[in-house]
Amino acid sequence: MIEVLRPGPLATIQDLGRAGYAHLGVPHSGAADRVSLCLANRLAGNPEGAAGLELTFGGAVLRFHAPAWIAVTGAPLPMRPATMNAPCHVPAGAVLEFGVPAAGVRTYIAVRGGIDVPPVLGSRSADLLSGLGPSPLTAGDRLAVGRPTGMISVDVAPGLEPEEEPVLRISPGPRDDWFEALDPLVRGPYEVTAESNRVGVRLTGPALTRRREGELASEGMVTGALQVPPNGLPIIFLADHPTTGGYPVAAVLATADISRAAQLRPGQRVRFRLGARS
Amino acid sequence: MRLRRAGDAALLIETGTPHRLHAAIRGLARPEIVEVVPGARTVLVTARPGTDLGRLGTLVGDLPLPETNEAGGEPLRVPVVYDGEDLDEVASLAGLCREEVVQRHAGGDYVVAYLGFSPGFGYLAGLDETLHVPRRDSPRTAVPAGSVAIAGPYGAIYPSRSPGGWRLLGRTTLTLWDPDRDPPSLLQPGTRVRFVAQAAVGEGDPDLARAR
Repeated sequence: MIEVLRPGPLATIQDLGRAGYAHLGVPHSGAADRVSLCLANRLAGNPEGAAGLELTFGGAVLRFHAPAWIAVTGAPLPMRPATMNAPCHVPAGAVLEFGVPAAGVRTYIAVRGGIDVPPVLGSRSADLLSGLGPSPLTAGDRLAVGRPTGMISVDVAPGLEPEEEPVLRISPGPRDDWFEALDPLVRGPYEVTAESNRVGVRLTGPALTRRREGELASEGMVTGALQVPPNGLPIIFLADHPTTGGYPVAAVLATADISRAAQLRPGQRVRFRLGARS
Repeated sequence: MRLRRAGDAALLIETGTPHRLHAAIRGLARPEIVEVVPGARTVLVTARPGTDLGRLGTLVGDLPLPETNEAGGEPLRVPVVYDGEDLDEVASLAGLCREEVVQRHAGGDYVVAYLGFSPGFGYLAGLDETLHVPRRDSPRTAVPAGSVAIAGPYGAIYPSRSPGGWRLLGRTTLTLWDPDRDPPSLLQPGTRVRFVAQAAVGEGDPDLARAR
């Protein structure tokens, strides 16, 4: 059992999300940076989809009431008494303190056996848009750990490389024809604003100009979509984005770059480049 | 029908018959298809990363469409107490009296065009044109679950308590959304809906239990 002494600014339980319910208005949710959660789970000897913790700007303090194997990945932060991107044994009674990441936003903690809370619609993810799944962690929460299913077989792995000014790959559409040109988007740069969250990364920078008037009939939205509201500034949709929307999507991030977008910090600059293939 | 790419793992298909296409694609039960999401005039098909979207496009482009979809049977009857906070405002916007608003709303044959906004929130097409009124200028911070509302060309029933800018006509005791139920949503894309006006029943009235 893990006791939350302090959750930090925002800590949630996340797995790989709720697939298959978008037609009912259920956001996919799940880890915003899936790559880092999967890595943490592999290091901890878990299936990739086991539930772990997603820390936003670190700051959590956890007490382990039973010995555990853990792995910490994602936004690099000072922590004791353990190291990142490697399996670590935590003795019973140990208190783990997580500092504030110097780069990136989200740090993932996998525990061998996974965090065991009741699944909702097949997932243990906290969906902060619709309120499905477990609530964000608060001081005093006690988290059960599941039974291990696999063996730890990885010693250490390359972790997230913090990027000064990432260049994310996009492919145009599905509604690029609603805009004069995508040039401003590709020229950039954009700056991440403080209103960013698990729903989306909000940006300031060159605005896109609409080519046509009127409203788009609501349509399904994908994770990684660059949705452009009337002010012309794109929002990158992350895990908790709404399933349908009425603003046109000018371009979509390459699937492989969505996890990088989930690590963009407020104030950081980002650029986009056409060509979904690396 | 026109296919557009929505990134490297999804297709957005423009179609005049989103429900039937949605049902047909869902019926394929292809393992590479993750989500099939109808919109007002589209169906979004999300596939596993690495799926050949060209082949997927050919597959869904050639699909025979069902006459109706599986949700097209008997309409779901939704009992409504018409005592909503915005009834008078809607009446004045529409140039009708309250009773006419209720008659026209309850007289409609509705179909769930698509879901979105929140889990189980269906956009109901088929609203009488005189009732096409804009959203409120400033949304309410909390609309109770079961609120029956309209905005633009659509009707809706709030499945859970949420913020909302739609105009409230009344309320129902039906549970639209329950994640422990299978399926969790009473409304599916294509579900037909009829509203049935009911007299208000007092809180704690023994008839309430029987009426449900």
